Formats: sequence, C-alpha cells, structure tokens
Amino acid sequence: MNHTDSNRWRTVDIVVASVIAVAFGVVFWAWGLLWSATDAAFAFFPPAQAVLYGVWLVPAVLAGLIIRKPGAALYCETVAAIISALLGSQWASIVILQGLMQGIGAELAFAAFRYRSFRLPVAALAGALTGLGAAIFDFVYWNKAYDFASYRLPYALITIVSATIVAGLGAHVLTRALANTGVLDRFPAGRDRALV
Amino acid sequence: MINLEPVAAPGAPLARRNPVAKLAAAMVFTLILVATLDPVAPAVAIAVELAVLPLFGVRYRVLARRAWPLLAGAVGILVTLVLFAADRSGPVLLQAGPVLVTEGVLVTALGLVLRMLAVALPGIVVFATTDPTDLADALIQNAKAPARFAIGALAAFRMVPLLEQEWRMISMARRARGVDAGRNPVAKLRLFGSTAFTLLVGAIRRGTRLAVAMDARGFDAGTPRTVARRQRFVLADTLLIIGAALTAGAALTLSVLLGTFRPLIG
Amino acid sequence: MSGLVLRGFGWRHGGRKRWALRGVDLRVESGERVLLLGPSGAGKSTLLAALAGLLPEDSGEQEGGVEIDGLDPRKARERVGILFQDPQTQLVMARSGDDVAFGLENRGVPAGEIWPRVDEALHRVGFPYPRDRPTAALSGGEQQRLALAGTLALRPGLLLLDEPTANLDPAGAALIRQAVANALDADTTMILVEHRVTEALPLVDRVVVLEPGGGVRADGPPAAVFAAHGDALAAAGVWIPGHVAPPRHATTPPGDVLLTAERLGLPPRLASTDLRVRAGEALAVLGPNGAGKSTLALLLGGLLPPGTGTVTASAELAGRDARTPPHRWRAPALVRRIGSVFQDPEHQFVTATVRDELALGPRRTGQPETAVTATVDELLHRLRLDRLAGANPYTLSGGEARRLSVATALATAPRLLICDEPTFGQDRRTWLELVDLLAELRDAGHGLVTVTHDEDFVAALADRTLTLDRSAAGASS
Ligand SMILES: Nc1ncnc2c1ncn2[C@@H]1O[C@H](COP(=O)(O)OP(=O)(O)OP(=O)(O)O)[C@@H](O)[C@H]1O
Ligand SMILES: Nc1ncnc2c1ncn2[C@@H]1O[C@H](COP(=O)(O)OP(=O)(O)OP(=O)(O)O)[C@@H](O)[C@H]1O
Ligand SMILES: [Mg+2]
Ligand SMILES: [Mg+2]
Repeated sequence: MNHTDSNRWRTVDIVVASVIAVAFGVVFWAWGLLWSATDAAFAFFPPAQAVLYGVWLVPAVLAGLIIRKPGAALYCETVAAIISALLGSQWASIVILQGLMQGIGAELAFAAFRYRSFRLPVAALAGALTGLGAAIFDFVYWNKAYDFASYRLPYALITIVSATIVAGLGAHVLTRALANTGVLDRFPAGRDRALV
Repeated sequence: MINLEPVAAPGAPLARRNPVAKLAAAMVFTLILVATLDPVAPAVAIAVELAVLPLFGVRYRVLARRAWPLLAGAVGILVTLVLFAADRSGPVLLQAGPVLVTEGVLVTALGLVLRMLAVALPGIVVFATTDPTDLADALIQNAKAPARFAIGALAAFRMVPLLEQEWRMISMARRARGVDAGRNPVAKLRLFGSTAFTLLVGAIRRGTRLAVAMDARGFDAGTPRTVARRQRFVLADTLLIIGAALTAGAALTLSVLLGTFRPLIG
Repeated sequence: MSGLVLRGFGWRHGGRKRWALRGVDLRVESGERVLLLGPSGAGKSTLLAALAGLLPEDSGEQEGGVEIDGLDPRKARERVGILFQDPQTQLVMARSGDDVAFGLENRGVPAGEIWPRVDEALHRVGFPYPRDRPTAALSGGEQQRLALAGTLALRPGLLLLDEPTANLDPAGAALIRQAVANALDADTTMILVEHRVTEALPLVDRVVVLEPGGGVRADGPPAAVFAAHGDALAAAGVWIPGHVAPPRHATTPPGDVLLTAERLGLPPRLASTDLRVRAGEALAVLGPNGAGKSTLALLLGGLLPPGTGTVTASAELAGRDARTPPHRWRAPALVRRIGSVFQDPEHQFVTATVRDELALGPRRTGQPETAVTATVDELLHRLRLDRLAGANPYTLSGGEARRLSVATALATAPRLLICDEPTFGQDRRTWLELVDLLAELRDAGHGLVTVTHDEDFVAALADRTLTLDRSAAGASS
C-alpha cells in the first residue's frame, strides 16, 4: 500500500507534519549556533561547511515520506523555517523564503511520482532536489560575491550531495526507524509490522 | 533555554500593528534591500531600523541579546571573502601566501556584513514583538491562510517548551536505566543521537494524541470555523508596509545617486 | 441528552492479534450516569474512544455496531465530549480562555456567543484565573479543570470521562468531581471510567463491569451489582467498596541508614528538606500537587544535582563511590544501588518491546542470560504482562504501562528503590500484586521510598510518612 486513498489532509497529518517541523525547528535553532561555531573550523575550505547543510533539509523529505500527501514536503520545510525564525534565527525572515525554495524541491520529486512511490530512489531524488533548491537560492543570494570556480560551484555541488545523502537517504532510514517504534501506525508508512 | 515570550512593551505603536502587516513589511523591506551588494544602502537601512526600534517597544539591549549570533556570521563572511572573493580590484592592502586583501575585497566584505545585519534585524524585531497566537489568527483572517493548517502549526508550536523539558527527562531516564556515555566522545555522540531520536518519537506520539484531542473538539467537523479573536487590518497597517517599501527604496536610490550601487543580478 | 447502543461491539487495535474488546452489548439511555469498571487492559479506554468516534477506521478492525442516537459515532461527534487522563495532550492553545474557545470556533458558534459561553464554562468548573492565564503556567489539576471546561463549553449530550482524576492529589480530585457534579445538566448522559469506586459512586446511578475476555460481566444499580457479585468482582480485580486490602507493614525493625538528605532543595521546585531512608523500611512521601515530590524523588535517585544541601549515601550503599554523591555515579553502578520509577511511565521506556524493556537493567548490570530470562519471566507473570511480552511499551493501556515501569526497576533489585506514583491506574488485583512485590523487596532488607497520592497504599504498606507542603516552607515528618 503506497498511497492513501484521499489527498485531503486529516488532522493527524497536519499536526504530525507540524510537530516534525517544530522538532526540527528546535534542531535548526541549535544547529544555527553550531553552524556559526564551526565557521572557524571550516575556514580552511568553507565550501565544505555545506556538508552540514543536509540536516537543514531533512524535514522536507521526512514529511513527504511519512505524510504522503501533496504539499507535505513544502509545508513542513516552510513551517520549520518559520519556527526557527520565531525562535530567533540569525537569518530571520529570509529563512522563510529559503524554506519555501527548499520545500519546493522535495515536493517536485514526490509529485513526479504522483505521490505513489516512496522508496529509496524517490527519497534520494527528493533529497537531491531540495538540495538543488537550496543551492540555487544560496548561489544567487548569499554567495554572489565569491569566486565562481573555487567557491560558488563547489559549494553548490557539495550542498546537493549532502542533501542527497543526509536528507534523502537519511530521511528514508529515519522513517523506517520511526515505523518500527509504532508511532507511525496512523500513517501508511507505519502499516507493515508483525502482530503481537 | 529557548525563550518564546514576546519581548516588546505591549503598548508600543508599531508592535501593536497587525502581525501579517509587520511580516509583510519586513519581507518587502528585505526583498528590496537585497537588490544591491554595496555597503551604503544597508548602512542607511540599519540606521533607519535602529531609529524606529523604540516605536516597536524593543529595547536595544534586548535586540543585542537576540542578534549576537550575527556577529559570528560576520566573522565567517570576512574569512570566506578573504580567501574566495571574486573581485580583487583596488590597491593591495595585505598579501601573505594565498591571502590577498585588496580594498575591493574589504568594500565587498563590509557590504555583505552590513547587508546581513540589515536584512536580519527586521525579522528579529517582528518575531520578537509578535505573539504566535496573534500571528496565526492574522494569517487566517487577513492573509487567507487555511485555518486548519495555521491552527495545527500553532498547536504544535506550543510544544517547543515541552520538548525542551522532555529532552531532560529522557536523559535522566536513560541514566536511571543504567545507560550513560561516561567520557567516551563516540559514546556521547551515540547517546546524543539516540536521545534526539527518542525525542522525535515522543514528539510524533504527542502530536498524534493532540490530533485526537483536537478532533474530539470538532477540529475536523467540516463546519466553517468562526473566530473568537478578531484581527483587524487597518489603514495604519497598509501604511506600515508602504513605509517599509519607501524606506528601502530610498536607501537604494541614495546608493545609486552616490554611484555605489552594485546590483545582485547582472 | 444522548443515548447509545452497542451491539456485539468489538475492536482490535492494528498490530495486535487479540481483541481489546469483544461482544459488548450495552444500551445507555439519555440522562443515565454510568460507572464503567473492569480490570486493567479490559478495554475501557478503547470503548470510550469508540463512543467518541475517535477510533479511526484505518487503525484497527471493528466488529458489531455502535450507535449514538442512531448515528455512527464518527458522525455524531458534536454530541459527545471526552476528557482524557492526561491534560497535557488535550490543551491546544497557549492562553486558557482561547483553549476553551477552540472547540466553539470549530463548531462554528457565532463570534458574539463565544466569550459568554467560555466564561460560563470556566465558572462552572471553578477555574480561578482570568482568561489570559497561560496554560503552561497551570498545575496538573488546574489543567484538568480547564480541559473539562473546554469539553463542557460544547454542551455535549454525552460526556465521557477517562480516569479524570489520576495523578491529582485527593483535594484536587475532589474538586474535579465537584466540578463534574455541578456542571452536569439533568439530561446529560455520562460515562465515567475510574478504578477507585468509592469516590466515584456519588456521581453515578449505574455500574457496568467489562469482562476482559469479552462481553459485559455485570450491569445495574451500584448497590445491586455489588451485593450480587461483590466477592467475584473483587477477585477479578474490581475495587469494591468495603473490601480493604490486608496491611503489609514491616515485621522487623528497620536496619541501617542508606541515604541521608540534609537541607536538600532545588528552588523554586523544592524547598529545603531533611530525611533519612533506612534499609528494610518503606517511607511514603505525601503532599499536594506541585509540592516538589517528584523533584525530591529525582534528587534522591541521583538523577538531578541538588540545588542546595546534600544527598549522602552510606558506605554500604555507595560501595566504591563512598566519596562522591549519587548524582556523580556512573549509570550502571547507580542502577544496582538506587532504582527510580518515574511519574510518567513513558518517560522511562528505552526499547521497543516489553520483554527487552525488562531485560535491559539486568543485562546492564552484567547478569548471566539465564538469570535475566528467569527474572523477566517471573515479573511478566506476576504483573500479568506475559501476553504482552512482544508488544511495544507505548501501545500499552495506562495501567499496563505503569506496571511495566515499576517492573523495570524491580528487575535490578536495587538496594534502594524510589517510586513516583507506582500504583495509579491499577485494578485491585494488580494493585495487590504490586504491593506484594514492593513489600517483598523491603522485607528482604531493601529501602523503599514511594511518592504517592494513594491513601490505601499508604495504609497498607508505609512504615513511615513524610509530608511536603506547597508553601515551600519545608517538610514535616
Ligand atoms: N494504540 C494501541 N495499539 C495497540 N494496542 C493497544 C492500543 N491501545 C490499547 N491497546 C491494548 O488494548 C487493550 C485494552 O486497552 P485499554 O487502554 O482500552 O484498557 P483499559 O481498560 O483502559 O485499561 P487501564 O485500566 O489499564 O487503563 C490493552 O491490552 C492494550 O494493551
Ligand atoms: N523541569 C521543571 N522546570 C521548572 N519547574 C518545574 C519542573 N518540573 C516541575 N517544576 C515545578 O516545580 C514544582 C514542583 O514540581 P513536582 O513535579 O516536583 O511536584 P509534585 O509534588 O511531584 O507534584 P504532583 O503531585 O503533581 O506530581 C511545580 O510547581 C512544578 O510546576
Ligand atoms: Mg485506560
Ligand atoms: Mg509528581
């Protein structure tokens, strides 16, 4: 059973997508501090900092894999961004636009499979596309003043790779682990477990 | 500690404005401002922002406390630019191995740091002066956001402090069950990971139960919702948005007139 | 003003082979007040959820029929109000008044009527604060009263209450019962689930007892049911008024002091407290909600560093760590010496099955696998969890989860055991078994500290009591 019968969001879909966003909003907030703290450590090759980027993109893919409804990835990533802004992120209201861009990426991947397939390759594609959304935004907005060959390009490529691995594959593994705990029983992702 | 309370004096004239208007004003302001990479426009913008701060009822000390992570970001920009700047024109100021600092590099760095501050401050001010419930209400009533989603997100947001408490309880529970990491950093990282996972599981479980409780009170009844708290969008709110657009536009114009304008695209 | 009918009703939760409920035939007329009884795990909470239309079709399997005023409960939600045991997951909004208004908004009540109805509901339950009081700043009992107001504001024809006073101190529980009694209109139907029958009797005029295997075991006016089936029901685990539990006090004088707390406190959660715990002695810690009992338990358990004062373990308890206070000990050493049972059982679960949960502690302390299996099997059997050995701890009923969390601490047989509310939500049979297990531990020379609101438990087991008071002025022995 891969997709739910109706595309209407149930209350539990809305609340759980929001809760995932909140949990990651809190993680982002902590991650933002860590990000700044690692600036010095990454100074030798700042584009490598993008390796950490993937964590920012997990909620998009995770919500898509769990909720399996149109808009889940976009909604969750955007709400996570708003929450991190409410908690006082240093990037403030810009992160909301950023969240939108990133969410659209994952959303496109799930839409391309008509919200019917949620297997590993789809998750990886969703991760890659969120990474692409993020990379485009940063390429134009944040990194404009940097050198193309030694910074902007490697930064964008590393972002996409990081997103594919951490957000794409990571979210897939996480969904499996969550399903094993039984919390996803109300979702198609959590249905196939042994009876006790 | 995560602090969720709005920090503004509640009676301040601009803090009282409609949350959607405040958010829109901040967005408009930043979107116009990011059109340039020069230092002049953001410098003007920062001056304006600091000048209107009292109208939002936010004290400078509070702002400084919320904005300090920005300073770390500024250092990061500086280091990165010294190493990777695209534009290295102008007289050379410092050369040591791969490090080549020219006047052009410094001007770009100044521009970027100021820009970061200028676009971050409005967001900080808006969110610091806005109650989440009011924001959700205004999004529903004035921005036509879907009510189920806005209220759902708001209900989940209420869990932030609970999650923080939960983290502590989980850590204590592991210890009570004989699980700890001692001084081994790898074990510490694994314990951190497993605690974070348990937190996520607990959060989803709470979310599922909360959804049931919300349905029990008719959240998915399908009847059109009424609103108990009216949010008004009045002339002053429109003026706030227009004012933000005009101020940002004026900063850009000034930078064009002074010849420092450097467009983001092109 | 609603009636309900169950015809051969059954429900099996997704992921379970067993039916939580089966073959239930029941008819409740409009205006009746029913007390729903049954042993822990008999399916009481499941039945209430079914009546409230909160069992989603995709989360299990249904058998037979259930109707509210002739309608499917999922379609009759606006006639039903439900109050769960845990107020934390029922509050939706950040301000108290907004939370009561939430249901009214959902039902499309005209804006002008909302606030008068909110005020009326708050007044009915005796809510002592203004509407803008943050919900996060309320005590457990106050949150429960607020949740009740949120339910009553919707003027349900059928009110369902699932152990609404669990975890409240006796005074707070009396307030909730009072609020329910005051708030019910003459024609409101009510179904109340509550293990402690005596306190609930004044609220009801009919008793229904569920049979764990399936069906209804007894049904009728309280006096008639208890007269006809009293002894049989008591043996099956139902708390029958007048069946007191046999006392299990220590027969030998207490041994040496194990743990000493001097001027121990954690402002503002706990005011300075002095106490001594001895081997072979059961100490009960009492006090109103918010007095700091759970905080004290965590401090004594070596889980929180003291804010003020000290916790000192005797040489016998501390072993190699005689020089350091308990909160500095390594965790594997701690579990053998001081065991803790948390107030919220779910806080304490670490693994994915009931069996692993029980085996974790003994394994961490390095017992051989055969001994671990023997310990686990005995506990599963005595606490009637054997058929749930493979279940996920988080899918257990309220009472089952509580027993499991106590059992995890018993499994390592710590020198000193600290339990926070070990008996709440238990039927009479599991309660007696728990008291026996704790008494055996004490009689074997272990120390026992229990934080509790359960007066029967204190009467049956405690050798000494300590009462904390909320004034933060300290404790009296
Ligand atoms: N979400 C769930 N998933 C799987 N099994 C469940 C779930 N909820 C309850 N059960 C099982 O269904 C049975 C009945 O549970 P229920 O909560 O209705 O019991 P109860 O009579 O309310 O017990 P208690 O007095 O202990 O609260 C129990 O064996 C429980 O383990
Ligand atoms: N993690 C925490 N942070 C801050 N305050 C807390 C925390 N936990 C509890 N408190 C507060 O400290 C006080 C004592 O709490 P505690 O849980 O110890 O009370 P209690 O006596 O166990 O109450 P109950 O009978 O309701 O379980 C309460 O006012 C509570 O709100
Ligand atoms: Mg129950
Ligand atoms: Mg307590």
